[in-house]
Amino acid sequence: MVVPLTWYLVLSGILFSIGAVGVLINRNALVIFMSIELMLNAVNLAFVTFSRQQNSMDGQIFVFFIMTVAAAEAVVGLAIIIALFRNKATVNVDDINIMKW
Amino acid sequence: MLESLLFIIMSLITIACAIGVVFQKNPVYSAVFLIQTMVSLAVLYVLLHAQFVAAVQVMVYAGAIMVIFVFVIMLLNLNKDELEGDRNKMPLQKPAAIILGLILVVMIGILMTRATFSGAEGEYTPEVMDQIGNTQLVGKMLFTKYVLPFEIASILLFAAIVGAIVLAKKQIIKEEK
Repeated sequence: MVVPLTWYLVLSGILFSIGAVGVLINRNALVIFMSIELMLNAVNLAFVTFSRQQNSMDGQIFVFFIMTVAAAEAVVGLAIIIALFRNKATVNVDDINIMKW
Repeated sequence: MLESLLFIIMSLITIACAIGVVFQKNPVYSAVFLIQTMVSLAVLYVLLHAQFVAAVQVMVYAGAIMVIFVFVIMLLNLNKDELEGDRNKMPLQKPAAIILGLILVVMIGILMTRATFSGAEGEYTPEVMDQIGNTQLVGKMLFTKYVLPFEIASILLFAAIVGAIVLAKKQIIKEEK
């Protein structure tokens, strides 16, 4: 029996929602970043599933590019977190409000 | 039969570990759970006949990106108060976020199960892919149809390296002055 591809899409949706909840409830900037990675992974799963469904390679190439963007995003974001920690000695997003009017 | 059993086991592990990432207090535990999420997703990619993506998932995500995360967690060396944060300010935040998340799950679930996805069928069926090899096909696509995005991706990575160095170096330059 072959697994229906809808199951993969539903799993991808569940993972994306868990990542979104993580962004909403966490105060630690590092964990918020990890939740964003989780959402990117959910999107990757959807891409690979559609690629399999359409018998096409394009989805897998897109996953490759998403991974590149995720790596760049993680590196720059963590550098920003380190710079913020040097200035304010916190990674709690509630305390980082200098751009809030 | 074996395939669906493997799918059910791996998807349950993935969901459990994803919930672990979100609800753990300690960021190191969150990072370990995230690594397990990514490895079990790699198993699912193998089930979907995407061997190259599975290998890259383990090497780039579970290897490289998570090493940076753990490295930064260790570097910052957060104390207990930093990790917990002040949750008293907004007591409704957590239940409201969970309800919104459940609504999102239901919405995506309805969309994914009811909608019919169709489009131009490609030529790479699993049989063809097994014959040529998944990695070879990805390489061929990257250097023919997607050669321009591939080169732009290298520029993006270069910009990220420069940006990370500039952001992390700022303080040192200030101190020298």
